[in-house]
Amino acid sequence: MSANGWFQIGLFVAAVFLLTKPLGVFMVRVFEREKTFLDFILRPIERLIYRLAGVDEKREMRWTEYGVAMLVFSGVSMLLLYLMERVQLWLPLNPQKFTNLESYLAWNTAASFTTNTNWQAYTPETTMSYLTQMAGLAYHNFTSAAVGIALAIALIRGISRRESKTIGNFWVDMTRCLLWVLLPACLLIAMIFVSQGVVQNLKPYATAQLVEPQTITGTGADGKPTSKVVTQQIIATGPVASQEAIKMFGTNGGGFFNANSAHPFENPTPFSNFLQMILIFAIPAGLTFTLGRMTHSPRHGWAVWAAMLSLFLVGVSTAYWAEARGNPLLAGVDQQASATQSGGNMEGKEVRFGITNSALFATVTTDASCGAINGWHDSFTPLGGLVPLTNILLGEVVFGGVGSGLYGMLVFVILAVFLAGLMVGRTPEYLGKKIEAYDVKMAALAILIFPLTVLLFSAVSSVSAFGTSSISNPGPHGLSQIFYAFTSATGNNGSAFAGINANTQWFNASTGISTLLGRFFAVIPILAIAGNLARKKTVPQSAGTFPVTTPLFSMLLVSTVLIIGALTFFPVLSLGPILEHLLMLAGRSF
Amino acid sequence: MSPTVHSRTSSFTDGALVGRAVWDSVLKLDPRLMWRNPVMFVVEVGAVAASIDLTHGVMHHAAGFAFSLQITIWLWFTLLFANFAEAMAEGRGKAQADTLRKSRAETVAHRFTHDGEMEEVSGAKLRAGDIVFVVAGEMIPGDGEVIEGIASVDESAITGESAPVIRESGGDRSAVTGGTRVLSDQIKVKITSNPGETFIDRMIKLVEGAERQKTPNEIALNILLAGLTILFLLAVVTLQPFAVYSGAPQSLFVLVALLVCLIPTTIGGLLSAIGIAGMDRLVRRNVLAMSGRAVEAAGDVDILLLDKTGTITLGNRAATIFVPSPGVDEKDLASAAQLASLADETPEGRSIVVLAKEKYGLRGRDLSTREALFVPFTAQTRMSGVNLDGVEIRKGAKDAIAKYVAERGQRVSAETEQAVAEISNGGGTPLLVTENWRVLGVIALTDIVKGGMRERFDHLRAMGIRTMMITGDNPLTAAAIARQAGVDDFLAEAKPEDKMALIKREQAKGKLVAMTGDGTNDAPALAQADVGVAMNTGTQAAKEAGNMVDLDSNPTKLIEIVEIGKQLLITRGALTTFSVANDVAKYFAIIPAMFAGAFPQLNVLNVMHLATPQSAILSAVIFNALIIIALIPLALRGVRYRPLGAAALLRRNVLIYGLGGVVAPFVGIKLIDVIIRYMHMV
Repeated sequence: MSANGWFQIGLFVAAVFLLTKPLGVFMVRVFEREKTFLDFILRPIERLIYRLAGVDEKREMRWTEYGVAMLVFSGVSMLLLYLMERVQLWLPLNPQKFTNLESYLAWNTAASFTTNTNWQAYTPETTMSYLTQMAGLAYHNFTSAAVGIALAIALIRGISRRESKTIGNFWVDMTRCLLWVLLPACLLIAMIFVSQGVVQNLKPYATAQLVEPQTITGTGADGKPTSKVVTQQIIATGPVASQEAIKMFGTNGGGFFNANSAHPFENPTPFSNFLQMILIFAIPAGLTFTLGRMTHSPRHGWAVWAAMLSLFLVGVSTAYWAEARGNPLLAGVDQQASATQSGGNMEGKEVRFGITNSALFATVTTDASCGAINGWHDSFTPLGGLVPLTNILLGEVVFGGVGSGLYGMLVFVILAVFLAGLMVGRTPEYLGKKIEAYDVKMAALAILIFPLTVLLFSAVSSVSAFGTSSISNPGPHGLSQIFYAFTSATGNNGSAFAGINANTQWFNASTGISTLLGRFFAVIPILAIAGNLARKKTVPQSAGTFPVTTPLFSMLLVSTVLIIGALTFFPVLSLGPILEHLLMLAGRSF
Repeated sequence: MSPTVHSRTSSFTDGALVGRAVWDSVLKLDPRLMWRNPVMFVVEVGAVAASIDLTHGVMHHAAGFAFSLQITIWLWFTLLFANFAEAMAEGRGKAQADTLRKSRAETVAHRFTHDGEMEEVSGAKLRAGDIVFVVAGEMIPGDGEVIEGIASVDESAITGESAPVIRESGGDRSAVTGGTRVLSDQIKVKITSNPGETFIDRMIKLVEGAERQKTPNEIALNILLAGLTILFLLAVVTLQPFAVYSGAPQSLFVLVALLVCLIPTTIGGLLSAIGIAGMDRLVRRNVLAMSGRAVEAAGDVDILLLDKTGTITLGNRAATIFVPSPGVDEKDLASAAQLASLADETPEGRSIVVLAKEKYGLRGRDLSTREALFVPFTAQTRMSGVNLDGVEIRKGAKDAIAKYVAERGQRVSAETEQAVAEISNGGGTPLLVTENWRVLGVIALTDIVKGGMRERFDHLRAMGIRTMMITGDNPLTAAAIARQAGVDDFLAEAKPEDKMALIKREQAKGKLVAMTGDGTNDAPALAQADVGVAMNTGTQAAKEAGNMVDLDSNPTKLIEIVEIGKQLLITRGALTTFSVANDVAKYFAIIPAMFAGAFPQLNVLNVMHLATPQSAILSAVIFNALIIIALIPLALRGVRYRPLGAAALLRRNVLIYGLGGVVAPFVGIKLIDVIIRYMHMV
């Protein structure tokens, strides 16, 4: 660890802090239909869209209608992507003539992108045509992010409205989110990325002659050694910058290339790397301010922000410490950072990012449900790898995915308020809304679906041939691989621990189901909470009211997240990364 | 004997009660009863599974019998301890119910038939609408209203208060309760309740907990506990495949032990006891809550509506000062005032006599030998007084006296006017005294605020509860008393419908309102309020309308009721937090123990340095069972309540029950482990 490393982490926190308020205020204006500086150009477009789609923008929806609209929209979008993947060979913009996807992989990818997961069981640059990337995957990057934000806004409305039957209009929230928040920002961001060297074209892949031909040896299907001389390199290009912007800003994380943000065409410079990390946290952090502003309790928004930040700091410090101190098995080898080397555990990391920015990126991308990576989490030290895993297990509520981070955290807020709220001698209240049996029931449902999916699928995979055959390393590391796969899919993160062969029928089917369960089964109870809270009266605040604006509240929130997230998964973590770490200290590796 | 006068001794020392609770806790193992408590039901399923596996193991001479046997035994103990907590809480109520049942002995009623004849029927056969006749020495056969006559009634069977009370037809003291005894005179009573629905019946059901329904908050908490149970059930059930993958499969005993330790058994086992004990605490203070919902609502109350008279001030006004007119000796004024009041039997009148005696040693004079003519107060003159040896002494309100003296060309002096205004502004009532149409001066009658009220209102304010005084006085007087007593607000010149409007207005703002009342005209407001406490001395209508009845008829008790409601909720929250926080230590005891065999490196997690894997797991299970027993007194007594603001209260309770909940099991489990090793139990 170095002062320079800590300074970079500090710089990152400062940037997130500075972005929180302006973005939060802007989103309040967008979703409360107040005036913004973009209205002069966007309002006519918006009206046109409503007229063409037959949407009455004044009409409000109950939570059930909002939910049905959201499900129908997501379902139809998912089906379209599936069809596009299945026929891409016959569609335009496929200069590499990539074939149609087989059904399991197409299903998995469609489910994954619809749910903002972007789990990629394939290698994009050898699988997806430009059209599929742009009109299929990038389309979902925008809409799945907008769906998440719309849901969070609907929940905030539920909290802030009183005695109201409705929580907004899904179509209007979607449209305004896309037109005002996502599209203009991504247009700008794509330009910046291009300036850094991120490629943007529709050309066929370039072919380059190798300066020095390479001989690749291996083992053939018959078990005999094979050898092949390679003289050419195919360099994949494409419309990367435009996709990269929304990939980060919408916390999608699905890379244009398999190497994701470790690829120099996706993430060429330290600046582009810094910008990418900032983009991941931008909207989620801003939404905490939106929450405070819309519920007329700005300090509550900051209290939630503070709880998120503390969890982030614990994670990033652990990951940075674990990676910077290097591999204990390489005792005697100089692993100290110096002018000539990055030091620490550099396996699976990009030299241009080094330890700090790899550890920071891994923490940020898993705190949020982004899933973009700039290094292999699989190659992290056991404790370093434990951080991304734990981040997802906590429910990705440390800023979290766009919208999903906030609504996930608000479920924890409701549970924290209920658990601790009784201790002030009143029926628990959250911002004046009484938390009653129905709300607790829905919050419990929303929380339960995640461990249910992750634990059951992982358990089945860990004791069945179709599960364990995908593992690349035996022992506790193999368990981590399986567990990470389902955690990442169900948590709608999409990052891969790597090392596991996820493109099998079992994993494609099961992780696909996991992404859908993790997203839609969780948001229905959350919408139900929004609808139920909106109906309630608001109890005026008094000295007897449970405080949700204090550091103590932030601490209680952190404890609730840790108790529910960490305690549930402690047994399996102790058999996975924790055991691996202890075995490593004892000199065994996998 | 009175059932509601309780001894303060701890119920643990009551052998009979404990004996009965022990037997009840065995009976409560019935799965059909257990089903109602999801957490403990899971424990029971685990205990049954462990027992079956144990029996199976015995038949096949499986190894580790001592360990499996002890785990299984402690699982059953966990259940019994939880049942014991509930049985103890119910036991106190059951003992009271038995006493109440005795007092509900068979009575014979004299019922009027349709043609006016009288017939003898069993008291148990009376129905609402029947009219009965009760004479001195008889038990009143059922709840009802006195429709004719007046009688003194011994209500000690209900209230525990041995002094008889007067019950009479009309007015606000017409309600009588079945099971109370008429001591003198005779009354005609119209029965208002059907068999099985009388006040005593309801009271028996209440204290017995027979009709106990889960309260809204209890239901919500139960859902949360069920959710946590499912969560940990998942964690444990899926642990076996992971353990198999890792080459360290676990025995059923260990898995059940882990499960039982992780699910919130502490709060799950104590939850119903806490609720029952909360109701019981009210009963001990002679308050009958008609539902647990009302007790919870009491904790949530935002505004207390308190009647001025009897609640904030002592029942009646009293004379406090004499202000003589210019040129009049104060003693002469006192003397005249006393003479004018000698025949005045109202509390105010008596207080004037007493003040004159105390201040000037003026004794009550025997007027029977002199020619004295007392002039009583009438609505027309609005004065009272005495004509004595040709001297006409009068006292009365300023307006009345001014009119009276004006008839003889006299008038009230400016100084006296001034004194009158000052007394009024100070919240007092001025009475002018005249002697032969000359104004001698003013007597000030003032309200006496009960001692300690200001502190109590300060406490309530700290808790975020506003107090509002309701009075029929004019705004000026009301403001003065409100200031003196330290209430937040007041409603002056209040009519019953104003009270109702006030409640609705506050409720529309989302606030919960509590009030007390006794008269029939209070009934609508009592029904509208979220917590309506009816005085037992009040009318039947009031008692029906409220959701609590105070047998002592002490309106100040509303404050205690609020505190009990809060205490109930705090106790639940504190024990839930404690229970969940306990899990951290249990993980550190059990997880390394489970896998240390296969992976000795995991012993790093054995931070308590527990002796062996078996002793570690057993210690955790024993701690988990014993903590229930250890917390029963707290559950029954309730967490000590302090009148603090929410932030301070939260900080305090998080520290004690949250942090304490993390630390306590580390200490406890280590201690048990040491004992287990010392006794070579495994």
